[in-house]
Amino acid sequence: MATLELGLDEGVAAAPARRRRRLGPVFWAAAGWMLLVFAVSLFADLLPLPSPTDMDMLERRASFSAAHWLGTDGFGRDELARLIHGARVSLFVGLCAPVISLTIGGALGLLAGYFRGRFETLVVGSMDVLLAFPPLILALAITAYLGQSIPNLTIILGVLGIPAFMRVARAATLTLARREFVIAAEALGASHARILLRELLPNVVLPLLAFFLLGVAVIIVAEGALSFLGLGVPPPTASWGSMIGEGRESLEVAPQLAFLPAIAMFLTVLSFNLVGDTLRALTDPRQASL
Amino acid sequence: MTEAPLLSVEGVAVDLPTARGNLRAVDSVDLSLGAGRTLGIVGESGCGKTMLSRAILQLLPKKAKLSGRVMFDGQDLARCSRETLRKLRARSIAVVFQDPMTSLNPVLTIGTQLMETLQEHLELDASEARKRSVELLAAVGIPAPEQRLAQYPHQLSGGMRQRVAIAIALSCEPKLLIADEPTTALDVTIQAQILDLLAREQKRRHMAMIIITHDLGVVAGRTDEVAVMYAGRLVEHAPTQALFKQMRMPYTEALLAAIPKLETAPHTPLPAISGRPPDPTRPLKGCSFSPRCRYATSRCESEKPQLVASSSPDHRYACFHPIKHDASVGA
Amino acid sequence: MLRFVGRKLLYLVPVLLAVSVLTFLIASLLPGDLAYVILGDQATPEKVEALRHDMGLDQPLLIRYFHWLGHILQGDFGRSFRTGQTVLQVVAERLPVSFELMILAELIGLVIGVPLAILCAARSGSAFDRFMTSTAFAMLSMPTFLSAILLIYLFAVSLRWFPATGYVPFSEDPLANLRFMVLPALTLALAEWPGIMRVLRSDMIATLQEDYIALARAKGLTARRILFVHALKPSSLTLVTITGINIGRLIGGALIVESIFALPGIGRLIVGAIYTRDLVIMQGVVLLVASGFVIMNFVVDMLYAVLDPRIRHGHA
Repeated sequence: MATLELGLDEGVAAAPARRRRRLGPVFWAAAGWMLLVFAVSLFADLLPLPSPTDMDMLERRASFSAAHWLGTDGFGRDELARLIHGARVSLFVGLCAPVISLTIGGALGLLAGYFRGRFETLVVGSMDVLLAFPPLILALAITAYLGQSIPNLTIILGVLGIPAFMRVARAATLTLARREFVIAAEALGASHARILLRELLPNVVLPLLAFFLLGVAVIIVAEGALSFLGLGVPPPTASWGSMIGEGRESLEVAPQLAFLPAIAMFLTVLSFNLVGDTLRALTDPRQASL
Repeated sequence: MTEAPLLSVEGVAVDLPTARGNLRAVDSVDLSLGAGRTLGIVGESGCGKTMLSRAILQLLPKKAKLSGRVMFDGQDLARCSRETLRKLRARSIAVVFQDPMTSLNPVLTIGTQLMETLQEHLELDASEARKRSVELLAAVGIPAPEQRLAQYPHQLSGGMRQRVAIAIALSCEPKLLIADEPTTALDVTIQAQILDLLAREQKRRHMAMIIITHDLGVVAGRTDEVAVMYAGRLVEHAPTQALFKQMRMPYTEALLAAIPKLETAPHTPLPAISGRPPDPTRPLKGCSFSPRCRYATSRCESEKPQLVASSSPDHRYACFHPIKHDASVGA
Repeated sequence: MLRFVGRKLLYLVPVLLAVSVLTFLIASLLPGDLAYVILGDQATPEKVEALRHDMGLDQPLLIRYFHWLGHILQGDFGRSFRTGQTVLQVVAERLPVSFELMILAELIGLVIGVPLAILCAARSGSAFDRFMTSTAFAMLSMPTFLSAILLIYLFAVSLRWFPATGYVPFSEDPLANLRFMVLPALTLALAEWPGIMRVLRSDMIATLQEDYIALARAKGLTARRILFVHALKPSSLTLVTITGINIGRLIGGALIVESIFALPGIGRLIVGAIYTRDLVIMQGVVLLVASGFVIMNFVVDMLYAVLDPRIRHGHA
C-alpha cells in the first residue's frame, strides 16, 4: 500500500508557540488598586485623618463634608478613617493567614507528592477530613472558646487554608517529579533533601505564589464574613466586615455606610483574584510545553 | 457529459489564518462528479483532501475562509442559508468519517443516532424509524440488528461501528456520499469488506460517491475517476484506468512506484519519495513538487503549472514535463 | 463496577471515623468547664463535682469518646441539657429549612448557569461570551454577605417586593414560605451560578470540537438537538461533581445567609449551640453535617458511572 505519511497534520496548523499572555489594562488596574490599598494601610497613621474610633454622637450618619470626607457612621466615627484602618485589618489577616497555609500546606503537599505511598494517603486523607467540616463553623467554634482577637483569627483561618495549599503543592510536585531534571538528579546520587530543596521547591513555589494571591482574596472574604456577624475582629477596631454589618442597620437612611466598605472589599477581592488568576495561568507547570 | 454534473467544485480555495501566517489548505480546485459515479481523491497527509471534503460539506472550521463555488444539484452550497443547508444534509449529501470510535457519540445508543436522522429529515414517527433502522442495520451486514439499537458504540467492534456509520449515512438515501478515509482506522481484514459494502450500496442506490484516501490500493478497481492532490492543489485527474496505466504527473508515477509489488525481488529497496511537502504557510513560487521531482527544471521552480487536459479531455494534469507513454502501451 | 464501589467504600469508613474523632476532640478539648456553665450561678464546688461525675466528664478522654461513639452507632446522638430535646429531634426541625434553602439555591444557580454556559459555548469567543465570562469572574469575587446586602437593599428596602427576614414553614403556607425564601436562595445562587457556568462552558467547548459533533452537524440535525442531546450529556460530568459537592457544602455552610435572613436552619443551630455551650447539640450536629458531606462526595463518585456508560461496562 502506498502510504506516504510524511508531512504536516491535516488542515489546521500545529499548536502555536506559547503565546505571551497579554497583561492588559485590566490586570494593571487590579495591580494598581492592590498597591493603593497596601500603601494606604501601611501609612495609615501618617495620613491626616481623624481617629477611626473617636465617637461624636452629634454627627451620627452625617453625609459627606469637608471635615468628614466620606461622612460618619452610626456612632459618629469618621468613615474614611475607618475604611482605611479597616483595610489595614483586612490586609493583615488576609496576608498573614495564607502565609501560614502556604508554609505548612505547601510543605505537606511537596512531601506527599514526592514520597507518595502511605504517607501521601495519610496526608490526603487528613485533609479530606478537615475539609469535611464547614470552615466557618470550625472558625466560629474555636474563636468562641479561645476568644476573639486578630491573632487568633489569623491563626485559625491560616490552619483552615492548609488543605487547599497542600493540594496545589502536591499537584505541582506530581507533575514535576517525573520530569527529566529530577530523574537526572536522582541518577547523580542526590539525596532526598537535596532534590526537594534544590530541584522541586523552586518550581513548585511559582504556582504556590499565584495561588497565594487567590488565597488572600478568600481570607479577606472569610474575615469579612465573620466580622460581619460580629464574630471576627472585635470592636471597636474597624474592619470592613463589621462596618458592613453595622451599615446594614442603616440601609434605609444611610445606605452608603454599608456600600462604601462593600465596594472597597469587592474591588480588593476582585483585584487579588484577577492578579492571582493571571499569574496562575502563567505559572501552571502543567501548561509548560517542556 | 450531456447532463449537468451532480457536483461541481469551481475554483474552490480554503484559507486558514494561523499564528504563522495564512495557510492555503486548498488552492483553486476544479472538479466535477456526475450522478452515480465514484471519484477517488488521493494524496498524502496534509495535502488538503480532507479540507476539500469539508469545503464541499460546508463544515469548515470557524476561522476558515472559503472562496469559489460549490455547485450541488444546481445550488451553490457556499451561498445557501444555514437552514437550507441543514435540510439538504443527509438527504442530499452524507458523510462517513475515518474513525467510528470518535465519530459516533459515546453516550447515545446506536438506535438513537440512527433514528434521529430519520425522524429529522424523513419525518418518520418513532416506530417507523425503529423499523427502518433495523432494516438499515441488516442491509449493512450487522447481525442481530434489533439488539444493536439499544447498545452503545463501545460495545461493538471497529468494523461493526463503521458499518453503523455507513448505515447512518445511507439512511436518508443521499445523492452523494463522501467517505473520508473510511477504512484507515480498521483492520486490514475488515477493510475489503467495508469497501465492498460501500460499492454495493452505491450501485444499488445509484449514488455518487467520493472516497478520500492516502492509499492507492483503495481506489484501484473501485472508482471511476481518480484525482490526485498535492500541497493543496489538484495535480492530476483522470479515469482510474488511465491514471494507473498512463499517468502524467511525476508525483503520481512516484506514488505508484512506491507500492510494494509481489513480483519484486526480496530486499529491493522501496523507491520512496525523498523530502517533504512544502510548508503550507510558505507556498513556493513554482511547482510545489519540484524540490522532490526527478524531472524538475528551472521552469518548474519559477512558474506554477496549471491543470491542463492532455490528449483526452477527461485526463488533466499540472506539469510542464508530463511523463510520455508510447502509443503502443495499452489504453 | 462492584470493585469500583467496594474500593470507594473502603476509603469512606476511615474518613468517617476520623471525622467523628475530630468532632469529639473539638467539643471536648475546648476550654470552659461545662459543668460550671450549666450550673451557672448555682455553682458550688461540690455541685460542679457531682455534675461532672454524673455527666461522665471526669473519665479519661478515650473512654468518653468510645462511649459517645457507641451511642451514636445505636442511633442515640444525645440530648441537649438546655432544651431537653434530642439531637435528632432538633435536627429534624431545622433540617427542612436548610434543605429547602440549599435545593432552591442550587436550582436557581443551575437555571441561571446551565443555559448561559450552553449559549456561551455555542458562541464561544463572541462578545457575548466574553462579557458573560467576565461577569461570572466578577461574581465569584462577590462575597455572599455583600450579595445579601445588595439584594436586601434592592428588593426589601427599595422595591419592597420581598421581606428581609423571617420564615414560615412550607407546610403551613407555601406561598409565604417561598416569599421568605426567595432572597436568601437568590443570594446563595448568585455565588453558585458562576462556578456552574464556567465548568459547563469549558467542558462543552471541548466536547463541541469532537468528531461526533461534526458528524451530528453533517447529519443536518438542528442546533438545539446537537447542543442539548449530543453535547450536553458528555459534558456534564464535572458539572455533576460540582453540584454534588456544592449541595454537600451548603447543608452546613449557609450559616451567613441563615444569620442575615434569620432562617431557623442548621447553620444557626450550630452557632447557637456554640454560644450556649450546648456541646451535645454541637457535637451531634457537626458530626451529621460533616459525615453528610463525606457521603455526598461518595454518591457523586457513584453518579459518574450512571452518566458515562463506558465506566459502567468497565471501559473508560
